[in-house]
Amino acid sequence: MSDLSASFSVLIKLNALTGGLFLLTAFGMVAMRQVLASSNLFILQSILLAASAFLLGCQHASIHLFAVAGITLVTKSVLIPFLLRRTLNQEVYARREISQVLNIPTSLLIAVALTIFAYFLSSPLLSVADEPFVKFNLPIGMAGLLLGAYVVTVRREALPQVIGILSMENGAFFAGVSIAPGLPLIAELAAAFDVLIIALVMGLLTQRIHERVGTTDVGRMTSLKEE
Amino acid sequence: MELIYILVIPAVSAGLSLIPARRKFAPAMTTLGSLAIFILSLRTAFRAARGVEEVALMNWISCDSLGALVLLLVAFVGFTAAIFSWGYMEKSVAPANERKLQRYYARYNLFLLSMLAVPILSQVALVWIAVELTTLLSVFLVSFENTTEALEAAWKYVVLTCMGAAFALLGILILYWGMSVSAPGPFTWAGLAMASAQISPVLLKTAFLFILIGFGTKAGLVPLHTWLPDAHSQAPSPVCALLSGIETTTVLYTILRLLPILQAAPSIHVETWFMVFGLLSVGTAAFLLIQVKDYKRLFAFSTVEHMGIILVAAGLGSSAAQYGAMFQMVSHALSKSFCFFAAGSTLLTVGTRDITAVRGLIRTSPVTAVALMMGGLAIAGAPPFTVFLSEFYILKAGLASGHYVIIGLLALFILIAFCGVLFPINRMVFGKPTEPAGRTSVATTSIVTLVLAAIPVILFGLYLPGPLHELLRLAAASLGR
Repeated sequence: MSDLSASFSVLIKLNALTGGLFLLTAFGMVAMRQVLASSNLFILQSILLAASAFLLGCQHASIHLFAVAGITLVTKSVLIPFLLRRTLNQEVYARREISQVLNIPTSLLIAVALTIFAYFLSSPLLSVADEPFVKFNLPIGMAGLLLGAYVVTVRREALPQVIGILSMENGAFFAGVSIAPGLPLIAELAAAFDVLIIALVMGLLTQRIHERVGTTDVGRMTSLKEE
Repeated sequence: MELIYILVIPAVSAGLSLIPARRKFAPAMTTLGSLAIFILSLRTAFRAARGVEEVALMNWISCDSLGALVLLLVAFVGFTAAIFSWGYMEKSVAPANERKLQRYYARYNLFLLSMLAVPILSQVALVWIAVELTTLLSVFLVSFENTTEALEAAWKYVVLTCMGAAFALLGILILYWGMSVSAPGPFTWAGLAMASAQISPVLLKTAFLFILIGFGTKAGLVPLHTWLPDAHSQAPSPVCALLSGIETTTVLYTILRLLPILQAAPSIHVETWFMVFGLLSVGTAAFLLIQVKDYKRLFAFSTVEHMGIILVAAGLGSSAAQYGAMFQMVSHALSKSFCFFAAGSTLLTVGTRDITAVRGLIRTSPVTAVALMMGGLAIAGAPPFTVFLSEFYILKAGLASGHYVIIGLLALFILIAFCGVLFPINRMVFGKPTEPAGRTSVATTSIVTLVLAAIPVILFGLYLPGPLHELLRLAAASLGR
């Protein structure tokens, strides 16, 4: 019995490490200026999501979660970056944001506040189930969601906004693998497919904006508004 | 079996539309396909009105009264908009650009497919995916004209609604969690409504807020409505009819589905949330309507207003008010699509979306002018049109249940919106033209669509057929516990 609990505690520690790194990548996306760097951070974050699904699969001894880890790894860290590379030309990747809506130190402070808010939101929920994995994954996933939303709001470049949205989904699934491990596999597959379409559609739209408007600085597109 | 066919037909016509055949092939395919879907939905709806739930695949694909109602609306508007596309696209796409036309119809069918899937699917996780797909499959329809403004509108649309979808996803996962912890069962709308009494209220509440923010963004609820007037005014008019008439309705349907689930926990006060968000939307939209300079934007803001009215009505709680909410959903979808058909004909006739640039339409194009005037009157809620009747039911039901302040505010906002819609339209139709212009003709398919779409808008304002009344009653009953 002691063997089993020892391996459990190792799993929990590994999962905590994964969670910490996941949160760090979410912070990194807030702070990175280079478009290429935030794209790489997204790949790293997806690998961490897959790792957490894998660890949970070990704990629940569920092939289902291994499949989820596999699907995540293939779609999010291989196919999506590949699709985005294919649809967008290199110029978009080489861009560097000079001006965000807020400067980076302020952004990081707000990111800290959002993370605390995520813990605040999820603490009453944690009383429902006393599972160590949920304790890490739910607040961190929620923080990932909120930080992703924040990235979308303050970034002006198109591609970082796309990555912000994809990382929001990562956050939701990071919580999801712990709280809903039994979600039907067809739903997981459909969700992975859906994320692929998001990347494809937004990549193509970015490319069209680049061709038509000459820039991907979508924050400056403000011709439609109320007087 | 009908339900499976309903999902298969648009997928097939999307594929067929891409075949490089004669120019008329793709629109003909699309129209025929959507007619078939409409007939099948009508059968499903008749059965649902008799209280029979159509089940194609247990716990995955089924359609009860509320689902059948939304399905019928989607199918009807999908059919009329397909006919309208015919003449509209013929005029707005250059004759040499056949590929573009085929792509339009392929996307049209896929978009229709995703909207049909929302009421048909009963597995909640799949419903989320269907809602997300309605956005993703319509982005390139919004940006179809490829102007700077259209691209900007499409970008705002996809960014904001995908953000919302991510929030809703977490909400749905939390619902699933609550169910698997306390009352395991099939993760369907019906299963959730049965299990919700056992789910901890704090989980329900958090899930509800995430889903309300998420899908509320997509339904155009204030304060997350900012993308809606842009997208709904920049898209080609037949697409606007789909976006404004039924896409928002199908998303609102998913929010309304939460009502019986959340009423299990009275501490959440779900009705109050509905009424507050609803009133906020109606009020904001009514005041924004006044300053609009683009007539397609005018109708887009009126969509925000109507979403709010439906939400308030659903939140009032009494069964009469919920009947009103269902009726309002029907009249909004029918009248709003009619409005956008009229606006599309106007746009083709005058070539501008600017309200001040259009004067005296009644002289240059009587058909369009009559349609536009009728659309304005219908959507603003003048008798004898259907919106008048449904709004009247809602106000009456609210007064009967003693919500005097809410009904007073609602009536005031509706009145402001009434003036906000009708003053500009009146000037466009009857104002003195600045420069004399010759008469212009309207495409035959446009006239056919306008007549077809006008029939229910007028008919349901005067007389509600028995089966539809029964369907509305059952759908309203499914909103209560």
